[in-house]
Amino acid sequence: MNKELYNYILSIADNCLILGQRLGELCGHGPTLETDIALTNISLDLFGQVRSYYQYAAKLVDDKTTEDDIAFLRNEREYVNALLVEQPNTDFAFIMGRQFLFDAFHLMLLSELQKSHDVTLAAIASKSIKEVSYHYRFSSDWVRRLGDGTPESKERMQAAINDLWAYTEELFYQTASEKLLIEKGIAVDLSQLKASYYQNITDVLEESTLTIPDSKWFKKGGKEGIHSEHMGYILSDMQFMQRAYPNMKW
Amino acid sequence: MVVEKEHIDIRLRPILQKVSDPEIPVLSVLDMGVVRYAAIENDIAIIKITPTYSGCPAMDVITEDIEKALSDNGYKASIELVLSPAWTTDWITENGRQELEKYGIAPPLDPDADKEALLGNKKIVKCTLCGSTNTLVVSQFGSTACKALFKCEDCEEPFDYFKCLK
Repeated sequence: MNKELYNYILSIADNCLILGQRLGELCGHGPTLETDIALTNISLDLFGQVRSYYQYAAKLVDDKTTEDDIAFLRNEREYVNALLVEQPNTDFAFIMGRQFLFDAFHLMLLSELQKSHDVTLAAIASKSIKEVSYHYRFSSDWVRRLGDGTPESKERMQAAINDLWAYTEELFYQTASEKLLIEKGIAVDLSQLKASYYQNITDVLEESTLTIPDSKWFKKGGKEGIHSEHMGYILSDMQFMQRAYPNMKW
Repeated sequence: MVVEKEHIDIRLRPILQKVSDPEIPVLSVLDMGVVRYAAIENDIAIIKITPTYSGCPAMDVITEDIEKALSDNGYKASIELVLSPAWTTDWITENGRQELEKYGIAPPLDPDADKEALLGNKKIVKCTLCGSTNTLVVSQFGSTACKALFKCEDCEEPFDYFKCLK
């Protein structure tokens, strides 16, 4: 098996899975009907994307492995999503802040991944980018609306950005297998995107009349499988059916 | 994964024309533009379809419906999902756009107009009931991944708008 490629696919896909799961938790709990529908629609897009990635990854393992095995039967240390996407849903400002910081990254990643020498990854990227542009438009609009809104919405949006800031740098962390694939023109060189990412989000946050956190302290670990305590709870919820009733199908 | 150019065998066209999108029953899968390739090779119908949105749950139903329609007409089918080039609302045929409007879903505008409409900057989406453009976006996301929800301020009825995807 091409272990580097497998790991690389998961490093992109696991973000979609875990964020999709987080947004799915909000089904029926959104602050208004419209935002409820929006959050679950975004979740559905991310789940759709993750299926394409996992189907591809499953083929690399062997003929028997399926997308569901990869989604439901790995242990916590085998998930390589960034810490940002596993952070729990608190208030709506936090949910939109998390979405915005991820969407801004996701959009840039997919834009570059479209040029990958791996045709399957390039195809998934060019499909997904259309959906993710829409997500970004939605989340960045909400950051502006809340940031430049009432004193309370501004305070909450600022608090969310302050909390989430520490998770942004990890999005650009590169694993050893990723570095090998960059040389082959398969993986995206994230180090090239970092400066414009911070420029983009700074522009939106300034427009939103928010203060850019000046903290230089960042958390990392997720991309190497070292997660925050929230991850175990997500997985126990998500994997319960497959663990309790192995091989169950809809 | 990749199909460069749409190709539909003339013998399969009438069969596929009768298969519709389960969410939008008036729209055939051909008018929707999701069938990218249909050919007969050694008595097997080779079909390649592409999803509108990655997570569209209708794709599984569409696959089954195509399989059944072909089997009713004596063809064994081999159906593959392709992603590239990615589906765009430009592939909805003119007939498809008319059917959408009759059904109560405003067809997609061009990308710039779509953006203006969804951001609420311009009133350009036409109400499917009374034809007025005095409409406003209620929700950028709608009842399915491909739609947004609008409301007409003249006749006061809500209606769906098929988002432009390009």
